[in-house]
Amino acid sequence: MKQYLKNTFDGIFTVLVGMKVTFKHLFTPAVTIQYPDVKVKLPDRVRNRLYVNMDDCIGCDQCSRACPVSCIEIETVKSIPGEDLGITSNGKKKALWVTKFNIDIAKCCYCQLCVFPCPTECIYMTDVYEFAEYERSNFLYKFATLTDEEAAQKKINYEKLQAEKAAAAAKPKPETPAQTENKPE
Amino acid sequence: MYQFLYDLIGNEILAGLLVAVVPLTIILVFALFGIWLERKVSAHMQDRLGPMRTGWHGWLQTVADLMKMLQKEDIIATDADKTLYNIAPVLVFTGSFAAYAVIPFSSKLLGSEVEIGLFYVLAISSLVVAGILMAGWSANNKYSLLGAMRAAAQIISYEIPTALIVLSMVMLTGTLSLDKISQMQTSSFWNWNIFGGAIFGLSKFLLIPFMIVGALIIFTSTLAEVNRVPFDIPEAESELVAGYFTEYCGMKWGMFMLAEYGNMFAVSAIIAILFFGGYQSPIGYLGNSIGAQWLVPFEQGFWFIAKGLTLVFVQMWLRWTLPRLRVDQLMTVCWKYLIPFAFINLIIIGIISLI
Repeated sequence: MKQYLKNTFDGIFTVLVGMKVTFKHLFTPAVTIQYPDVKVKLPDRVRNRLYVNMDDCIGCDQCSRACPVSCIEIETVKSIPGEDLGITSNGKKKALWVTKFNIDIAKCCYCQLCVFPCPTECIYMTDVYEFAEYERSNFLYKFATLTDEEAAQKKINYEKLQAEKAAAAAKPKPETPAQTENKPE
Repeated sequence: MYQFLYDLIGNEILAGLLVAVVPLTIILVFALFGIWLERKVSAHMQDRLGPMRTGWHGWLQTVADLMKMLQKEDIIATDADKTLYNIAPVLVFTGSFAAYAVIPFSSKLLGSEVEIGLFYVLAISSLVVAGILMAGWSANNKYSLLGAMRAAAQIISYEIPTALIVLSMVMLTGTLSLDKISQMQTSSFWNWNIFGGAIFGLSKFLLIPFMIVGALIIFTSTLAEVNRVPFDIPEAESELVAGYFTEYCGMKWGMFMLAEYGNMFAVSAIIAILFFGGYQSPIGYLGNSIGAQWLVPFEQGFWFIAKGLTLVFVQMWLRWTLPRLRVDQLMTVCWKYLIPFAFINLIIIGIISLI
């Protein structure tokens, strides 16, 4: 009988204790945030989406070689004399047209290894982390500033120059064929 | 209400329909509000925010859910007993809706002024058991059947303490009419039945502790009758998927949901009428003091809804506080604790009311 009454009392009392706890929590501020409206402050040196500042890129291909998953693809074309490509922000003279600079961000493993070799610090991690896409092909980010026509034109220019050089080199050839042959290597 | 509308319109059928529409509207609006409240209460008790993006603090979330539910495909399993399967949600909803026929929302707004309102409520709410058993059986699903069996066992068991407390209140007040019970507790909260009713002298003070015990017992047992946590073993999500309405989808599932919220308010209303003065104001009416008599029924409506919602809030509060009881614990609470206490309470109230 004593146990029975104790059980009854315990039943009511423990329920009230629990209700007190939940009632307190009813008025504690929520720990969740309204995500798309409010965002958590990211820590320093977070590694998220890559970005390339093409004004500074000299097309040295070092980032591409450093990439462990080969997600960076770079193609360059040499400039012809007389073309001014400008200089980078840290004073390096640009000599190559970057005709293609693709980063497949779907492959990227966010290791940041491409960032350190860059001589002009033009490739870096941004704090953008919301870049989901519906199509996988949209993950192929194209950073090259030249249009396809311009790139093709640069290629033709360069080939023309090479052809001219070759022609220039070939012209004197028949005049002095013996001399070249006799030249000690 | 009916007489007033009948005098106004002069058509029996139209007046009857209009009277029926009032509680239906109240149930629907309450279900919309109740589901939202439940979400917000649960969220804030768990230090979350709950729905926030549809309207101010997500108040349109239930409307959006309703739109989604109405568009859903109505799937009936091949092996289900189609007739019973389709009747069950209607029957469950009818059971909870019919209880509103006798609930006095204010002195002017009550569907039917029957003398045996309390008896009618107890009887008609048992229709829900039939609906639940029907739903569980016809769906031809193990979980549904288990849930329905548990629901039947639970609801029938817990009707006994409810009926005993109701009986003790009937002994005290001497009437079965919900409207008359409300009228008895008028003018001040000191006249509420939880404080011994509108009688004076020693017996009033003797009654108070037993009234509090009675209110506790009837609150617990009605909580079990509407299958709410901690007595939600018929729909125990972690064991039985969703219990007796596992196989239901779309608006049929919505009808079970409506019935649940309708029942929640109905039992809260019954407790409010029996113990907390029904539609009577605890502090007197503004309409009486400024001489605007027409204001009084509206104030009464406000007090009734406020009392009902407070009790519904306590039900939600308990839901997010307590874990679910096991089947044997559930039966222990009912047969070993609530029923003996209710019996003792009944006898003591009987003796005190003789003094």
